[in-house]
Amino acid sequence: MSLLHTPPNRPAGKSIQLMTTCLCDAFYADVARATVEILEYLGCDIELPDGQTCCGQPAFNGGDWKSSRKVVRHTAKVFAGDKPIIVPSGSCAAMIFHGAPLAFEKESDIEEIQALAARTWELTDYIVNGLGIKEWPGKYEGLITVHRSCHLRGSNSGDAITTLMESIDGLELGAMDEKEQCCGFGGTFAVSFPNISKKMGDLKVENLTACKPDAIAAADMGCMMHFGGMMDKQGNKTNRLHVAQILRNSLQNAGLL
Amino acid sequence: MKSLQKIDIVARDLSDEVQKSTYLSSKAKTEKRMAILQKDFPEANRLREIAGEIKQHTLEHLDQYLAQAEASLKANGAHVHFANDAESANATILKIMQENGAKRMVKSKSMVTEEIHLLPYLEKHGMEVVETDLGEFIIQIDDDHPSHIVTPIIHKNRKDIAKSFEREGLGDYNDDPETITRRARAFLRQKYLDADVGLTGGNFVSAESGRVSLVTNEGNARFSVAANRIHIAVVGIEKIIPKDRDFSLFLNLIARSATGQQLTVYNQFINGPRSPGQPHGPEQMHVVFLDNRRTEVLASECREILRCIRCGACLNVCPIFRQAGGHAYRSVYPGPVGAVLSPLLAGNRFPELADLPKASSLCGACNEVCPVNIPIPDLLLRLRDKAKREKATDAMKGTPSLGLWATLCSQPAMWKTALSMGHTMNYIPTELIPHPSARAWQHNRKLPKFQGGEFRKWFRNRPPSSK
Ligand code: SF4
Repeated sequence: MSLLHTPPNRPAGKSIQLMTTCLCDAFYADVARATVEILEYLGCDIELPDGQTCCGQPAFNGGDWKSSRKVVRHTAKVFAGDKPIIVPSGSCAAMIFHGAPLAFEKESDIEEIQALAARTWELTDYIVNGLGIKEWPGKYEGLITVHRSCHLRGSNSGDAITTLMESIDGLELGAMDEKEQCCGFGGTFAVSFPNISKKMGDLKVENLTACKPDAIAAADMGCMMHFGGMMDKQGNKTNRLHVAQILRNSLQNAGLL
Repeated sequence: MKSLQKIDIVARDLSDEVQKSTYLSSKAKTEKRMAILQKDFPEANRLREIAGEIKQHTLEHLDQYLAQAEASLKANGAHVHFANDAESANATILKIMQENGAKRMVKSKSMVTEEIHLLPYLEKHGMEVVETDLGEFIIQIDDDHPSHIVTPIIHKNRKDIAKSFEREGLGDYNDDPETITRRARAFLRQKYLDADVGLTGGNFVSAESGRVSLVTNEGNARFSVAANRIHIAVVGIEKIIPKDRDFSLFLNLIARSATGQQLTVYNQFINGPRSPGQPHGPEQMHVVFLDNRRTEVLASECREILRCIRCGACLNVCPIFRQAGGHAYRSVYPGPVGAVLSPLLAGNRFPELADLPKASSLCGACNEVCPVNIPIPDLLLRLRDKAKREKATDAMKGTPSLGLWATLCSQPAMWKTALSMGHTMNYIPTELIPHPSARAWQHNRKLPKFQGGEFRKWFRNRPPSSK
C-alpha cells in the first residue's frame, strides 16, 4: 500500500455528507460556505452531521495514535451511513482514507474504519471523478498559482484541480519552480521543527509569488494557514483562496449563482 | 514549547554555505532523475512497483534465497561467512587478513562498513586502509563522516576540498576539480598496487548464480578487486535478489534514481575468485553476509525498509534533508531512509534515535521517488507511534500533548461550546485554541481570525429557497 492511494469504487451519488474540517469550522467559514454553494449548484443534497469535530490527523501525525483513534472512532460514529463523505481538504480526506486505516491496522474495529475510508472524497476529486464534471462554467479574470499540497500526492485530486481551474474562462495558471516541494506545515511538524518549517515556508512563498499572481489557490487550509500566516506576518498581501472559493466566485462572476 | 528537536537545532545552526551546497546539489539530481526515468520508461511507476514486489518477495523468503546464494557462491569457489553483528563481521575480516599475512587494504565505498565501523577497527589492529572513492577519500583525510548515501561529501565545496588536499601534502592549493581528481588518482594508484586486500560492498547478489554486482562511477571497485590477492565483499543480507535476470531491472533503477544516469559507468558482476585457467584476478574471494539486527527489522512492522537499494533518491527530494543536511541524522544512513532504518538498527538504543522519524513533514516525496516503492511516511508514522508507546521522551520534544484535544474532539457539546465562544477566542491565549498546531504558531506566523460557529450558523439559518 503506497502513500495516499485513493480508494477504488467509492459511491458517487449526489446525496452527500459534508465534513467541514476543524479548520474551516474554527477559522475559515467562507471556505465551508463556498463548498456548500458549489455542491448545491451541482445539485447535491447536503447533510452536515452536527456532532462532527476533527478528522484526528494532529494526533496521528504527532505519533499519539491512541488519541487519534479516539477521535476517528467518534468521526466514524458521526458519519454513519453509506453516503459519500466530501471533504474540502486534501489532507483531512487523506487522513480518513489512508491514515485512519493505518492507525487501526491492529484494532478489532478496523472494518468500520475501512468502510468510512471507502466513501470519502476530497472535494475536487469528487467533482471531477465522482460527478464527471470536466469543465467549470463561469468566469475568473486573473493569474493564479496553485499550491500543490503534499496530501494530494498519489491521489486524483492534483489533476482534478488543474482540470477545473484550466477550464474556467479568463483564468490563467501561473508557472512556478519546485511545485513538488512541501510548504513546511506538516501538522505538529511546524511546531516541533520551527526553524526548518520556516525555511520551507519562505521557499514556498517565494516560489508561489514569483510570477506575481493575483491569487494563490490551494485545496488545503492547513497549508494555507501556515504559509498564509507567514505572509501576513511579513505583510505580503497577495490574495489567497481555497479552490472552492475560486469555483464559487467564478459562478458568481458569470451570474450563475 | 521551548525545547527544540535536535535536527531543528542543527538546521538552525548550519552555515549558509553548507546548507546551500546541500540544497543545490540535491535539487540538481532530483530534476535529472525525474526527467530521465519518465523519458525512458513511460510506465515508470509500474517499474517501481514491480521492483518493490520483487524485493518484498525476496525478503519474505530470505532464508531460502540466502541459502541458495551461499550454495552458489561456494560452488563458484568463494568463501561465505555470516556475521550476526558488527563485532563478528569486523573480526571475520581481520582474521582473513591476518591468516593471509595481509597488511594493506584498498576499500571501495560501502555504507555497510560505515555501519560496523570497520575502518577504525582495522586501523586499531595495525592495518592500513585507504578509501578509494574520491568522496570517501576526502572524508577519510578530513576525519569526517559521509552526509549522503551516494554523494558522501554533498556538504563540502571544492574550496574545502582544495584546502584538505593542501594540508595533506597533495600539492599546492588548487580548487580546479580536474586537478583535484588527478592528484587523488595519482595518490591512489600506488595504493592499489601496494594493497593485499580489496574490500567492496555489494549492490545486489543473485541467489541463482551467486554473482555479486558492484556499481561505481569511478571504476574504483574494479581496481580494488582486480589487482589484489584477496577480495572481500561485505553485504547486508537484504541485498539478495532471486535471479540474474533481476539485475536488469535493478541496475536500470539504481542509476536513474541515484544520479539520473541511465546506467552507472562501471557495472561489475563477480562470480568468485579466479579459476585455475584464469591468469588474473584475486586468488580468494570472501563474502561476508551481515545481519546486524536486520532479522529484527524483518520481524518488525517496518520490514519494507529492507527493500532499500541505497540509491539516495529520497534524500535528494526530502525538504528536511535539504535544509538540515545529512549529519543532522546522527547516524550512518541519513534522510528519510535513515530516519526509519537507523532507529531500528539501534536495537534497544531505539529511544536515542526515536526523534529521527519526527523529522519529516510527511510530504510523501520520498515514497513517490523511491525505486522500490517503500512507503516511508507510513513507516515514519509507525515509529512515531512506537516512540510514544515506549515513552521515548526526546522524540516528543515540541509535540503538544494531544490527550485533552482528543477528549474535546470526541465530545460534540464541548466542541461546539469552544466554537461558540466566537470572537472572544481572538483574545484568548493560543494554547486554548482547539488546534494543537496553533500553539507555537505566532512566532513566525499570524493566526487567522477566529470565526468559530459562523459557518454552522449560516448553514442553519439559510432561507429555505437556497437549501
Ligand atoms: S529508501 Fe528508496 S529512495 Fe531511499 S535510498 Fe532506499 S531505495 Fe533509494
